[in-house]
Amino acid sequence: MKRPIRVLIAKPGLDGHDRGALVIAQALRDEGMEVIYTGLRQTPAQIAAAAVQEDVDVVGLSCLSGAHNELFPEVVRLLKEQGAGDILVIAGGVIPKEDIAYLKKHDIAEVFTPGTPTKVTAEFIRQAIVQKVKSSI
Amino acid sequence: MKKKTSEEEELFKNWKEKTERLLQKRPERKNRFQTLSNIEVNRVYTEADQPGESPGFPGVFPYARGIHPTMYRSRLWTMRQYAGFGSARETNRRFRYLLEQGQTGLSVAFDLPTQIGYDSDDPMASGEVGKVGVAIDSLKDMEKLFEGIPLDQVSTSMTINAPASVLLAMYIAVGEKQGVSSRELRGTIQNDILKEYIARGTYIFPPKPSMRLITDVFKYCAESVPKWNTISISGYHIREAGSTAVQEVAFTLSDGIAYVEAAIQAGLEVDQFAPRLSFFFNAHNNFFEEIAKFRAARRIWAKIMKERFHASNERSLQLRFHTQTGGSTLTAQQPDNNIVRVTLQALAAVLGGTQSLHTNSRDEALALPTEESARIALRTQQIIAYESGVADTVDPLGGSYYIEALTDQIEQEVWRYIEKIDEMGGAVSAVEQGYMQQEIHRAALETQRRIESGEEIVVGMNRYQIEQETEPQLLRVDPSVEKQQLAQLSELKANRDLLEVEEKLNSLKKAAEGTDNLMPYILDAVRAYCTVGEICHALREVFGEYRAV
Repeated sequence: MKRPIRVLIAKPGLDGHDRGALVIAQALRDEGMEVIYTGLRQTPAQIAAAAVQEDVDVVGLSCLSGAHNELFPEVVRLLKEQGAGDILVIAGGVIPKEDIAYLKKHDIAEVFTPGTPTKVTAEFIRQAIVQKVKSSI
Repeated sequence: MKKKTSEEEELFKNWKEKTERLLQKRPERKNRFQTLSNIEVNRVYTEADQPGESPGFPGVFPYARGIHPTMYRSRLWTMRQYAGFGSARETNRRFRYLLEQGQTGLSVAFDLPTQIGYDSDDPMASGEVGKVGVAIDSLKDMEKLFEGIPLDQVSTSMTINAPASVLLAMYIAVGEKQGVSSRELRGTIQNDILKEYIARGTYIFPPKPSMRLITDVFKYCAESVPKWNTISISGYHIREAGSTAVQEVAFTLSDGIAYVEAAIQAGLEVDQFAPRLSFFFNAHNNFFEEIAKFRAARRIWAKIMKERFHASNERSLQLRFHTQTGGSTLTAQQPDNNIVRVTLQALAAVLGGTQSLHTNSRDEALALPTEESARIALRTQQIIAYESGVADTVDPLGGSYYIEALTDQIEQEVWRYIEKIDEMGGAVSAVEQGYMQQEIHRAALETQRRIESGEEIVVGMNRYQIEQETEPQLLRVDPSVEKQQLAQLSELKANRDLLEVEEKLNSLKKAAEGTDNLMPYILDAVRAYCTVGEICHALREVFGEYRAV
């Protein structure tokens, strides 16, 4: 049987706004994915370690404090360092357009800003995972 | 409900028949109309919907119509824009700009490391320094923040919770340096830890020592800072996290009850501290529900203070509140539309009788506001205040069939929640059981579902979108702020009297282990330039840290 997509939703940094993280976690569960939520105030190192340990396919990062340019690429870097560079990293939050380009350059696959329907995020994850499976065959 | 006369019965029957005929030809837009709290909205409200309780008079118990007899005819609300970013110098410039533009009070936004008791050089602070607010490490930064702003001439609100006593102590110390006595200081610290556990996330210590820090502030200010609002019991963040209007009021007032009980247990007389309690609410989208919400909150709090706590000072019964328009209602799409949303929300706050108001800027779903956006937001308040005429009579919607019925209905539903929380052992216990958090999360999911299904229309976001959106000019926090802040902090640490620092931190720790009021110890530490991080770490060693449920 095909195993469900496993997702880690994480809150890097000190930001306490977790409405978005909690809503997307539940929405992805409703879409049939297995979702783990880290809770608040996680360092990039803690997030990367949890992602490896939980053997997830996707890490979803949420940050509304403006610290995304510092924190998100650091998670990607640590994942690669631990040989987990194949994990899909996506993000959401209050993130200006010009930062999205910067984040994508640092291998954040997609950034979902306020107003994105949760179905769009779920569909993106599914497509990206399918692509990955195809390219690894 | 009032009884109808036979003539009224007749008119009502005719109206009903006419409406039925019309509905057969043309149905209404929806099967059910509802507020954001899922309260059903009737087709029309009449005298028959009026509650038994009369709306009463402003300035008279239970204050549904306002806490002052004359309200804005005497004095307009305080226009208080929340601001802060980057360094103390930069924020000081924004403060002076806002004061020059006619703002009447200051409101300080601190960065997250300050709010969670970490110095800028703490590894946990990495990336967050100066981002959502100004970075304050020590009294040095606070001196720069208020440079050229005489503290006896402004009132200052500080959004600070877990380390509220530390920042209040710094404010007092800045006053001392300016030659302003603490007895003259006016302002507010948020100091509301319960809603941090529930919705906002900047907690440090577990509930018990946190409640002690709060009641220590109540006690200290009653004696030494009598014009200070010692707490701002906040529903704003509860609402932002996704609650309904009813939950916002219910959870906030339940938190309020917990603080009053804690203070009484700590040996304070209710009328000694209750006049300095203040509140903070959200102004959300559903215009009439919001107005009714503010009116209901006032009425319920007055009853709680009178009947439950037997307060006799009139000011203990009066719910004074600050309002901020709802940040989560703003859209990243077509951001100029947010100006209109903010106008409606601000109008609801004014019609609801707020004491002070922050209007959000149009670009806040994208970044911190630019100076231009912040100015438009302030102008929005000024237009309401000076051009619309709504401030010229007290509670202009009082007696409206709909508003009065809705005020009553919200009150009833709030009481049900308060009773439920009482049964759970009060707000602290309900928070520890995750009850409010669950309720809010459920409501947030329901809102998301309604928006995604299109039942709730958000203009420009799920309807009336445009293809190519151009992003406006946004404010960017200078990335060198963190580096500069670190340099200044290490300079400070190299130039202090280290023995004094150690001594002050040690006596603070010892006091924390005992039962003394901690404020004087914190004040001593602050004067010796101990940092926010050092003081909070000293307290962490004694109190431990809170872990979310």
